[in-house]
Amino acid sequence: MTNRAVPDAATQLEIYRRMALIKANDERSRKVIMTGRLVMPYYSPRGQEVIPSAISVNLTDDDYICTIYRGSHDQLAKGLPLKDLWAEVAGRTSGTCKGKGGPMHVTYPTKGIMVTTGIVGSTMPIANGLAWGSQLRGDGRVTVANFGDGAANIGAFHESLNLASVWKLPVIFVCQNNEWGEHTAYDKTSNVPVAARAAAYGIPGERVDGNDPFAMYAAAHEAIARARAGEGPTLIEAMTYRFHGHVFGDQDAYMDKGRKAQALADDPVPRFRARLIADGVAGEDQLAAMEADIEAQIDEAVEFALAGDFPGIEELKRDVFAEELN
Amino acid sequence: MATQAAAKPAKANILQAINAAIADAMEADDNVVVLGEDVADPEEGGVCGVTKGLSSRFGDARVRSTPISEQAIIGAAIGASLVGFKPVAEIMLMNFTTVAMDMIVNHAAKLRFMSGGQTHVPIVIRTMTGTGFASGGQHCDYLEAWFAHTAGIKVVAPSSPRDAYGLMRSAIDDPDPVMFIENLPTYWAPAEAPEKGHRVPIGKANVLSEGSDVTIVAYARMIQEALPAVAQLAEAGISAELIDLRTIAPWDRETVLASVAKTGRAMIVHEAVTPFGVGAEIGSVLNEELFGKLKAPVKRLGGAFCPVPFSKPLETAFAPQTADIVAAAQALMGR
Repeated sequence: MTNRAVPDAATQLEIYRRMALIKANDERSRKVIMTGRLVMPYYSPRGQEVIPSAISVNLTDDDYICTIYRGSHDQLAKGLPLKDLWAEVAGRTSGTCKGKGGPMHVTYPTKGIMVTTGIVGSTMPIANGLAWGSQLRGDGRVTVANFGDGAANIGAFHESLNLASVWKLPVIFVCQNNEWGEHTAYDKTSNVPVAARAAAYGIPGERVDGNDPFAMYAAAHEAIARARAGEGPTLIEAMTYRFHGHVFGDQDAYMDKGRKAQALADDPVPRFRARLIADGVAGEDQLAAMEADIEAQIDEAVEFALAGDFPGIEELKRDVFAEELN
Repeated sequence: MATQAAAKPAKANILQAINAAIADAMEADDNVVVLGEDVADPEEGGVCGVTKGLSSRFGDARVRSTPISEQAIIGAAIGASLVGFKPVAEIMLMNFTTVAMDMIVNHAAKLRFMSGGQTHVPIVIRTMTGTGFASGGQHCDYLEAWFAHTAGIKVVAPSSPRDAYGLMRSAIDDPDPVMFIENLPTYWAPAEAPEKGHRVPIGKANVLSEGSDVTIVAYARMIQEALPAVAQLAEAGISAELIDLRTIAPWDRETVLASVAKTGRAMIVHEAVTPFGVGAEIGSVLNEELFGKLKAPVKRLGGAFCPVPFSKPLETAFAPQTADIVAAAQALMGR
């Protein structure tokens, strides 16, 4: 496709910053779990850095996202502060949700992070409601519903695309197709590209290289512009690859070794880094300084989180209802 | 003569009361919106017409008919509620809530807690059910215990037009998700009409008749079975206190415990099947709190443990009837 939106140099650099943040945060998360400093269920987003980074530079704090248990990349790209994230996954009161949500339920409305769900396929129905609210108010906000390829086979996916189409909601459905639904390969669970299903609901659908920041940016830019203009929803299938097993500790014996080696060799983060340098967008020193700064921020966030207090037992009954009930 | 006529209380049925409650709430607050299958006027305002007139009056942006997509309905209600709206979502029949259980149980009920109080889900889920309209196993179940068993959801079940209006207004005002259970076969019976703005607090039971021998706790259509039972018991010299629970979760422990402390005998009557039901919960609390004061074991009267049958005699026999309540009360009295 010609004449697609291209990120300017500053935007490219910002996309890279978010990617580097996600990669570094993932590496640190696995390290902190492995050294026994923290116990949590962890779903690595490594390999999927480009998708939310290239989307989120087109969004404002006021726009909404919904994401899933494998969602720390979506949250960080949307602006979730590291300290709040780390304190939450450590179960501390200083976390976004007072430690009561944990890694699978991070909520941070300040930056439009409205729902993080542990149930496959459940971001889409709720994203429709957020978008309906924006439509009723005419506030111009858009909602991004993130989900994996596995979620494209649950009924809620179909119900949601249909409703969004009929109601012309300002919502973007982003399928992050990392080729794996838990331990099962995508081609064992579907015979069609997810994007092709958009045609069934009369909405635009596009399969895009989710590891290419330019392609991802262009697809997101256009979908978001359509949504803001009141032209309704879009389905984007962003092709990527999950570098690790489904959950931390999963030895990923089911993943094809050759395909995985190929994906690792084609790691989108160093690839984009090299391109920025080659294109003269940034110098090596500048990127190294950016990365060092990210590491320092993560250092600070981890120590802040682990030094925090656990919630008191009285929190068991709090926030169940608006008022505490017996 | 003219003044006598004017003093006569106005009549309304439950269907009209719910319609008026939603309309009055929509008039009072632009954030109240309605969605569900067939709810708008071109679709006749719902299969029973509960929401008739609302889309014509408030516009089709705020009153929206949906596809037959229960997950999408509850999801849209949840999402809109997260950003300040107060959606009233209709799941046509209570059995169809099963199709949307993920949205109700995993999301509506838990987002306040899991977000540490940052977000909450002030939605009302209206749903109809009840035996007596010959619809068989998949249209008539009372599933209130499922929702009462889920932390984060409130459950109400009115038995009269006044309570239906007052509870609906309270449910829409409420900052938490409320399951609003309507008994379809009782929709059209006229009774005292509610006045505009009337509220029935969630969690507050109604003592319909005072008595000293036995406490009967019931709700929804079982009130219609219990009222004549109370009269028959009185003729037999048994003084029964009838409590309309009105709210199942949270239930009014204070009123029920005070009554049973006084009478020493209790039965809980519901249309849902008996095992693992609301009667089991209330009975258990009564045993825990009033063990030394009970003059007889707490009795549960519920539906038979089978799917709701179609054939008329079976359907009638499924749920407790007036005679069953009378017999159970007499047994509690040792007669």
